[in-house]
Amino acid sequence: MSEKMPRFALAGNPNCGKTTLFNSLTGSTAHVGNWPGVTVDKRDGVYKKCAEPVAIIDLPGIYSLSPYTPEEVIARNYILDEKPDCVINIVDATNLERNLYLTTQILEMDVPIVIALNMMDAVERQGDKIDAKELEKRLGVPVVKISALKEKGLDELMDKAYNESQKARHGSTVLNDTALAHLINDVRIALSGQNVGNPLFHAIKLVEGDEIEVAMHKETLPMVEEFKTTFEDEIFGDDFEALVADGRYKYISKHFAPVLTRKSKEKFATTRSDRADKVLTNRWAGIPIFLLILFAIFHLTFSEDFLFVSTFANWAGKPLPTLKELGLDVENYGVRWLATIYDGAIFSPGVIVNNIWNDMLVGELFGWIQGLVEGSGMAAWAVGLINNGIIEGLGAVLSFLPPILTLFLFFSILEDSGYMARIAFILDRMFRRFGLSGRSFLPMIMGFGCSVPAMINTRTLADEKERTATVRVIPFFSCGAKLPILTAVAGAVILHFANGKGNADLITYSMYLLGIVVAIVSVLLMRSTTLKGETPPFIMELPAYHAPQFKNLMAHLWDKTKHFVKKAFTIILASTIVIWVLTHFDFGWKFLNDEQINDSILAGLSRLVQPLFTPLGFGSQLGEYGWVFVLAAVAGLIAKENVISTFATLGACLLAAQIPALSGFDPALLEDESGIQAVIAMILATNISVPGLISFIAFNMTTIPCFAAVGTAKSELGSKKRFNWTLVFWLAASYIVGAIVYTVGSWWWTLFIWLAVAAGITCLIVFYNKGKIKLNFRKKAR
Amino acid sequence: MQKTLDQFAIGEQGIVTSVGGEGKIKRRLFDMGITPGAEVLLRKRAPLGDPLEITVRSYELSLRKTEAQCVTLRVADKTTAGVSSNE
Repeated sequence: MSEKMPRFALAGNPNCGKTTLFNSLTGSTAHVGNWPGVTVDKRDGVYKKCAEPVAIIDLPGIYSLSPYTPEEVIARNYILDEKPDCVINIVDATNLERNLYLTTQILEMDVPIVIALNMMDAVERQGDKIDAKELEKRLGVPVVKISALKEKGLDELMDKAYNESQKARHGSTVLNDTALAHLINDVRIALSGQNVGNPLFHAIKLVEGDEIEVAMHKETLPMVEEFKTTFEDEIFGDDFEALVADGRYKYISKHFAPVLTRKSKEKFATTRSDRADKVLTNRWAGIPIFLLILFAIFHLTFSEDFLFVSTFANWAGKPLPTLKELGLDVENYGVRWLATIYDGAIFSPGVIVNNIWNDMLVGELFGWIQGLVEGSGMAAWAVGLINNGIIEGLGAVLSFLPPILTLFLFFSILEDSGYMARIAFILDRMFRRFGLSGRSFLPMIMGFGCSVPAMINTRTLADEKERTATVRVIPFFSCGAKLPILTAVAGAVILHFANGKGNADLITYSMYLLGIVVAIVSVLLMRSTTLKGETPPFIMELPAYHAPQFKNLMAHLWDKTKHFVKKAFTIILASTIVIWVLTHFDFGWKFLNDEQINDSILAGLSRLVQPLFTPLGFGSQLGEYGWVFVLAAVAGLIAKENVISTFATLGACLLAAQIPALSGFDPALLEDESGIQAVIAMILATNISVPGLISFIAFNMTTIPCFAAVGTAKSELGSKKRFNWTLVFWLAASYIVGAIVYTVGSWWWTLFIWLAVAAGITCLIVFYNKGKIKLNFRKKAR
Repeated sequence: MQKTLDQFAIGEQGIVTSVGGEGKIKRRLFDMGITPGAEVLLRKRAPLGDPLEITVRSYELSLRKTEAQCVTLRVADKTTAGVSSNE
């Protein structure tokens, strides 16, 4: 984007249709990036229908220009420092008063402004009228009626904006009638004298006692302080912040609100949205409805038994046949397409999309490339690197795309429809107990699907500490890719140690539960130690329900796809190459075949750290081949499905190594994809105990998540220090959880030791927080 | 009669007379349009009893009881028919 192109910034309240307008104006040119320093999406694009191409910058949705949320500071600094050529202020016509509150603040800046009066169709549908011409006269800046959704009035809006951008504009204020008018004017003149840009805006913020301004204009502050001593308002005393806010709303009610004529004289009319809300947040039905919606989303995304058809068939004693049982040729191309939809059970839409993507599209394409590489006559190591390292690695990561996008689609629908805010409303009470707000629920539950979109979603949390705590515990909500580890190990435990008698699902469920417990405990711990702070406030708009817009949903998904694919081809690609090299070369840089994995650099390194895992039950006590568990866990750091593929490779290697303990093992058993037999081979070779195995899965579930999630955490947490501590936290949490599981599982009485330690730590924190214990690192614990 | 917002019954209306509370919360309440003179209707409580949902300046806002405590209102005499009594 060229530097000289005029820049128009879009500013407005959340839910005012800003995103829709942005998408309509920029079409496919939108570009998503991060704001420097703060992790809020910055989107820009190009509008081409003006006299010259114009850059459109989408500022975050805000209610005010006060300095309390990161979004507000970003929008404010952008207009003040980057000096856009015009600000297009989108005003939701259905909610005129509150939207104009922001307008009154933007008007104070020395920047050309055009008001886009959006959602006029909704106003007119209610039989209400807004006199836009009159509003334009009273505001002193152009007002254009638009419908961002139906793309009406956009050309006129942009023409007006372009015209305005050619002129200079000085800030104006609605506070001239208030008792503060003289003070504001004096401060403005003083600031102009110091050559401060946007003097009116800065003067008013300084009078308000705004934190940023007070720090910036220390020399002018005494003027305000002096005035304050002589001033006494009968309602507000000397609370200038309150006086200013009140002055704005008073002016809006008196001068701007009358442009709206309502059909209904009823002040609090009941709308269709209210009627929907009556059911959805009903005192009794609210929570069950919410649980049902949540279940439906996960069922539609992940279930391989759509609507439980197969379960019902089994129950009725007539199980549905698999395609093989029907006598079909499962290698046949057409039948393979059929298999993406049905194979002994009808799959859910999410699974179907996933199958088509992985088996038919990416699988076929990559298989074809792999074939080409094999036939090219390259050196064995090069073929291995490209086919097994790069392509398999990329495939593993790209295979995530369908479930992530499906989940994202559903959650975008919830967000766009306005139901998301209600979920926070319903659950806030529960979450406050842990020092979080209802809004942190959603990212956590999304974690059960995939940590990556879940962490991105934490952007809806205004409080920095709440956000950090949420990002840190998201991996404990076991994601889809960790499930295969659970089923493989749990299956092996039941099959090998209990002769197949027992319920492997019980182990799986208790691991999920363990993750949730660990999440709750760590949030409590963080919020009472390193992330101490008040429970964030919950003053939140509940937007009116409306049908989600197809175009917006697609734009959302496209953004996510681009983001994800870019990551897959950069950091993740690099890491898979590194891991592949480390598993296929020995310390003398000699190339190794798959079977020789135990001679590789990574195996050597795994053996080196193996003793560290002794307290967790899969360390030194496992002897010569014990490093396989360590290696599987390390491979999981790249992508959790690596754990299962590593199981398979290691199982084969162990058999190839002809260990006596494995003499009776039938190699054909390793064909089984679930990894259960491979785990049994590893159990036989290492003699690992049941507590050790359970500790192994507990460790994998709570440790540092996959590369994609780590990368996301890094960009979402913003600060490097916070990110490093997060890595330490994940390692510590998983180590402690693994150690507890192993020791208590092996020697039940150690439970009392752990309980005593926990009680001790709790007492220490409680007394410390009450100030009864003083430690020298007090300033650190802030 | 004056009382704070958290003491309102469902469907009760009032006009804001003063807003207290600590800096950040007070500022947020102001920004969202809860200023002296604003008319407020308590719509409902969340299923677990807290937070509250109110209508102010013709939109819906949710806030916790502790935050509602900061808002003092003069109770209006009539109660809207638009809000049912099933909650």
